[in-house]
Amino acid sequence: MVTQVTSFSRNGLSDFIVQRVTAYILAAYTVVLVGWLLVHGDLSYAEWQGLFAQTWMQIFTLLALLSTCAHAWIGMWTIGTDYIREHYFGPGADGIRLIYQVVCILALASYLIWGIKILWGN
Amino acid sequence: MKNDHRPINVNPSDLMAFAWPLSAIASITHRIAGVVLFAGIAFGLYALDMSLSSAAGFDTLKGMLNSPLGMFITWGLLSALAYHFVAGIKHLMLDMEIGDTLEGSKFAARTTMLVSAILIFLAAVWVVQS
Repeated sequence: MVTQVTSFSRNGLSDFIVQRVTAYILAAYTVVLVGWLLVHGDLSYAEWQGLFAQTWMQIFTLLALLSTCAHAWIGMWTIGTDYIREHYFGPGADGIRLIYQVVCILALASYLIWGIKILWGN
Repeated sequence: MKNDHRPINVNPSDLMAFAWPLSAIASITHRIAGVVLFAGIAFGLYALDMSLSSAAGFDTLKGMLNSPLGMFITWGLLSALAYHFVAGIKHLMLDMEIGDTLEGSKFAARTTMLVSAILIFLAAVWVVQS
């Protein structure tokens, strides 16, 4: 069996499941947040700040952020391994893909830390 | 026995030689929308940070989102989100073996395009009038 050490869980089936579970979480978060915004037309700072001061919203947002990191990593990994290959990029493809993957990880890790800081740092 | 003529790679120059059924367009668009969202999260977090920093920050952001560029970026990201959401639901339905026949996939691709087009239009209305 060929295993890719750079996949999310080093196991394709597990990655497949993680991609689905995080998709459901992100879909639910999207519906709740967009729905909330539609109900609260002409939003005030107090209403908005009040929403994100509530524990359930902080948990839901952090859950969505963690889901984003896993979901986006699996998606970006798939794209990288699909297109950044020797056939298209020449003998340096492995190096280019590694740089691409490091950039993706750094971006997602930054998103996560930034999000935690927004939720509890302000 | 080794078959050296087995096609394993597609060159970008071959892409236009393909037939591009709607289901293929629906699939690659899902991927592109995902990459747009990956970059778009930075805009989302920037906006969330500013909106929650203070009442003044909230008002500054409101002003930025009402500028032409702000409206365009917001609409663009909402469009990518709407498409990725709808095409994602198609995927989750495929997992349940709904729409996994040839006819079913044609119908699902058409429905994905139609529903996301409606949502993208509604997103434009929302962005412009709010």
